[in-house]
Amino acid sequence: MKTIINGIKNENPVFVLFLGLCPALAVTTKIENAYMMGFCVLIILLFSNFVVSLIKKIVPENVKIPVYILIIGTFVTIVELLLQNYVPALYKALGIYLPLIVVNCIVLGRALSVASKERVGKSLLDALGIGLGYTIALILIASFREILGSNTITLMDGLSSLTGYRAIYKLPTSNLFPMNFLISPPGAFFTLGIFAGIINYIRGEKDESN
Amino acid sequence: MNLISIFIVSILTENVVLTKFLGICPFIGNSKDSKNAVMMGIAVTGVVTISSLITYLLYYYVLVPSDTTYLKTIVFILVIASMVQIVEIIIRSKSKKLYDALGIYLPLITTNCAVLGTVLLNINNSFTLLETLIFSFGSGIGFTLVIYIFSTIRERLDTSNVPKPFKGTPIALITASIMALIFSRYIGG
Repeated sequence: MKTIINGIKNENPVFVLFLGLCPALAVTTKIENAYMMGFCVLIILLFSNFVVSLIKKIVPENVKIPVYILIIGTFVTIVELLLQNYVPALYKALGIYLPLIVVNCIVLGRALSVASKERVGKSLLDALGIGLGYTIALILIASFREILGSNTITLMDGLSSLTGYRAIYKLPTSNLFPMNFLISPPGAFFTLGIFAGIINYIRGEKDESN
Repeated sequence: MNLISIFIVSILTENVVLTKFLGICPFIGNSKDSKNAVMMGIAVTGVVTISSLITYLLYYYVLVPSDTTYLKTIVFILVIASMVQIVEIIIRSKSKKLYDALGIYLPLITTNCAVLGTVLLNINNSFTLLETLIFSFGSGIGFTLVIYIFSTIRERLDTSNVPKPFKGTPIALITASIMALIFSRYIGG
């Protein structure tokens, strides 16, 4: 339990470690894309940490990174094929950022720093924590950007090909909203910068009170 | 699109870092010193151009005929990883000085998403061989340009009076936001 909470709070991959930022900036224009991306990363992390932890004693030290990249690449390809078949709309929306999970620093980083050293159980828990932390971070950024930037809340759109439901809510527009800036690429950097600053502020106050 | 416009677009308006968010990790992480930033940029440009050539040939002459295009992610990352190894060996044997300067950055390029991203975009955009080369080279130059400008800004940020919680990465991200705003306005603004 402690390992999971650590992944969400103290070692949050996006807000604290600043890893895996490319998708965190690119796909967070819609809430749905954000949680699907987070979910894919979570699944891939679980499987890759599991396999890496199982074979950690067989892999020679000097070919560690190529072997891990291949393992991660295999799971990424599996997820890609599943999405392409069952939810083509999302496969399209996530675009090249889906195959780019292969080089996502979070997945490789966790394989190297945790899964190649710890036991299987601990590695899985770590993957769960980090994956959830990543997903929560993406959802936070996407909520801010989508609600203020395009005045909609997209909970289920591309997924409707699988579930049969659609859930898109429209919010009333006004002079100030939607702020298109937030949906654009510069808005992505801006949002993440503000979030990181606020979280630093909260953490800083805690450190001082301790 | 003609070749010149592909080149310009890949450097400025569709800059890999600022509009496609590729290579953010070295952009934020390694951009504190402008000399190192340029070195990193040059290494990335070289690797991305060579690997785009190889992946292009592999994709259209091996994967497409054998109907195994779904393997592209794995094949491409293997090509990039081995390219980085080869470039490292070549540089080490040719110039000790350059190797010492680039040394630590070379292995990092494997996991630089700007390289894999550009290579995948070449295929997604169904470019011809010449367009692929121009686009990849342009993307590399774009990466170098932005990371260099950014590093010079950050050298000044260090001495400026930033609110405490925003010191370091948060202010860097907001700076990047302003840069992205400027770059996106080069055409059509």
